[in-house]
Amino acid sequence: MPGFSDPGFDTLALHAGAVPDPATGARAVPIHLTTSFVFENSEHAASLFNMERSGHVYSRISNPTNAVLEERVAALEGGAGAIATASGQAALHLAICTLAGAGSHIVASSALYGGSHNLLSYTLARFGISTSFVRPADVDGWRAAIRPNTRLLFGETLGNPGLDVLDIPTISAIAHDAGLPLLVDSTFTTPWLMKPFEHGADLVFHSATKFLSGHGTVIGGVLVDSGRFDWDRSGRFPELTEPYAGFHGMVFSEESTVGAFLLRARREGLRDFGACMSPHTAWLILQGIETLPLRMARHVENTRRLVSYLVAHPQVARVGYPELDGHPSQALALRLLPRGCGSVFSFDMKGSRAQGRAFIEALKIFSHLANVGDCRSLVIHPASTTHFRMDDAALGAAGITPGTIRLSIGLEDADDLIDDLKRAFKVAEKSA
Amino acid sequence: MKLQVQGHDADAYAYAYTGGKPFDPALPCIAFVHGALHDHSVWTLLARWFAHHGWAVLALDLPGHGRSAGQPLASIEHSADWLLAVLDAAGVAQAAVAGHSMGALIGLEAAARAPERITRLVMLGTAYPMKVSQALFTAASEQPLQALRMVNNFSISSTAAKPSYPGPGAWLHGSNQALMQRNVDKARRELGIDLFTHDFQVCDRYVGGLQAAAQVRCAVHFILGAHDQMASPRASRELGSALKANVTTLPAGHHLMAEAPDAVLQALRNALA
Repeated sequence: MPGFSDPGFDTLALHAGAVPDPATGARAVPIHLTTSFVFENSEHAASLFNMERSGHVYSRISNPTNAVLEERVAALEGGAGAIATASGQAALHLAICTLAGAGSHIVASSALYGGSHNLLSYTLARFGISTSFVRPADVDGWRAAIRPNTRLLFGETLGNPGLDVLDIPTISAIAHDAGLPLLVDSTFTTPWLMKPFEHGADLVFHSATKFLSGHGTVIGGVLVDSGRFDWDRSGRFPELTEPYAGFHGMVFSEESTVGAFLLRARREGLRDFGACMSPHTAWLILQGIETLPLRMARHVENTRRLVSYLVAHPQVARVGYPELDGHPSQALALRLLPRGCGSVFSFDMKGSRAQGRAFIEALKIFSHLANVGDCRSLVIHPASTTHFRMDDAALGAAGITPGTIRLSIGLEDADDLIDDLKRAFKVAEKSA
Repeated sequence: MKLQVQGHDADAYAYAYTGGKPFDPALPCIAFVHGALHDHSVWTLLARWFAHHGWAVLALDLPGHGRSAGQPLASIEHSADWLLAVLDAAGVAQAAVAGHSMGALIGLEAAARAPERITRLVMLGTAYPMKVSQALFTAASEQPLQALRMVNNFSISSTAAKPSYPGPGAWLHGSNQALMQRNVDKARRELGIDLFTHDFQVCDRYVGGLQAAAQVRCAVHFILGAHDQMASPRASRELGSALKANVTTLPAGHHLMAEAPDAVLQALRNALA
């Protein structure tokens, strides 16, 4: 669709990467549930394997349905391309292992999803990749933590659990001054709320399990490359700028000036680690993305209603939402997230752990489970679930109190959600 | 592969991607010449195919673009001289030339200046004259990023060109924008040059096309995009008649190699058969 301007977000969410199927005329994206693709002849087979032609060989490496999802998310992010993975964790692992190996070092925000923290702290350390954690707002700390063997900087657009807004313009400038890329987990914000590439990030990944799919039905991830980081100029990434014996001596940055990272990630990471996405999963995520702009607007609208309700509630000690006065990231949020700060936040209820449990158990619309970004509203009480092994002092160090409740606000009627909370507050009060 | 080009500064080497195989000047040679704001990476699938099917491949970065050193060349004529000097540096007496857009005009001018050396000329996404609107130059000076976006949007005709380039999962609008931005930023940073204005002025100012056509002796093929809004197929008719060009029109926009890689390969194979 040539024109003076780039297609708009809503248009791309519906059309990028897909046209009516040329074989059947099917308007919706077909699900190509096939492991492999027939070659026209031996010469065609050899040319596909040798990257003389573009096309599909085996669905671990690429698949037409997955490719639509990859192009669509890349389009929405303003990237050069993307790779769909088995989960958000697989996307993070793929990004890191494409750029780092034994002896490498990462500088990461300390405000991370627990699974990412585990991967960096314990699992990758076992394979010789170490990580220094820095508080996301500690600008000097980011700079000071960079070592000669550092390969990337990494943070979340909205940090866990306090929703610290990552100062992407500043942190990416620090990374680029050191010849390093900035990788950002954009799961909580989605490209509808913020496009990290526009602020200087180089690589973005999503747990597509959350808002991109939006319906709590599938596990998946997407890794997106901006195509803007100059690996040759950096000089720190021989994986991309020197011959790779594992693929015919290919020098990925010569093969594709702006697609070197994705070429290696697909030709090595997906091929060898194998954490690929099912085409059925890709299709379900595509269904979700088609309504992403509508859903995100409603997520934010509902969240603002509930935040206002909770701020005024006498049983609430604190609400942690970056748009509120007093939140340490308020100024950054207004600058980088003008459309809103997502729909996942926590609040501290006055009272004991037992009252927190009673509150959760009294909710009828909110579902008590360990997920976020569903169209249904979700709730969890960290002190009795994800962090139940911690005493109150350790919880405090993690920014969690016995009364901290995390909510993921869905798409129900906001009035019904508020009524649900009212009922639960009364039950908690009586259980004191 | 780096080539030291005669008549250029010691540091002004030319970079040529050779298709994933060592360059062998004893084989029939094909030189690929990219267009404005691009580099060799727009040719890599084709370059790999030809390199693995009996050809010696030189997919070049023009000076001031991609990995080649030196200042961008001032005109189509200067670029044609440089192309012939690159062939000398590679030890190539004769070569086929495939050029895209601005690169097509460079190939045309080279075939006119050394008709005995150019065995086939394939002009992709070409037009003559290759006039550039004043609105684009104005946009480039006032809103450079917006100007790049305009060129990008006019270069790609679809939001879903399959099987994508260089492979599945690539978003052509994003990758083309990133490539052009990379070259513009690098030229500004390292050479102090506005590459956008430079390249489009080189196209706009070229007036020797019909005179060059009269000197060309090899067979000429046009590969055009039916939906090309940068170089409309209509704008190539006069030059095509002068060159008696064999024309293949594909259902693609200006960035043919990315939008229709298989169809371009087939057309190029036919042209070089």
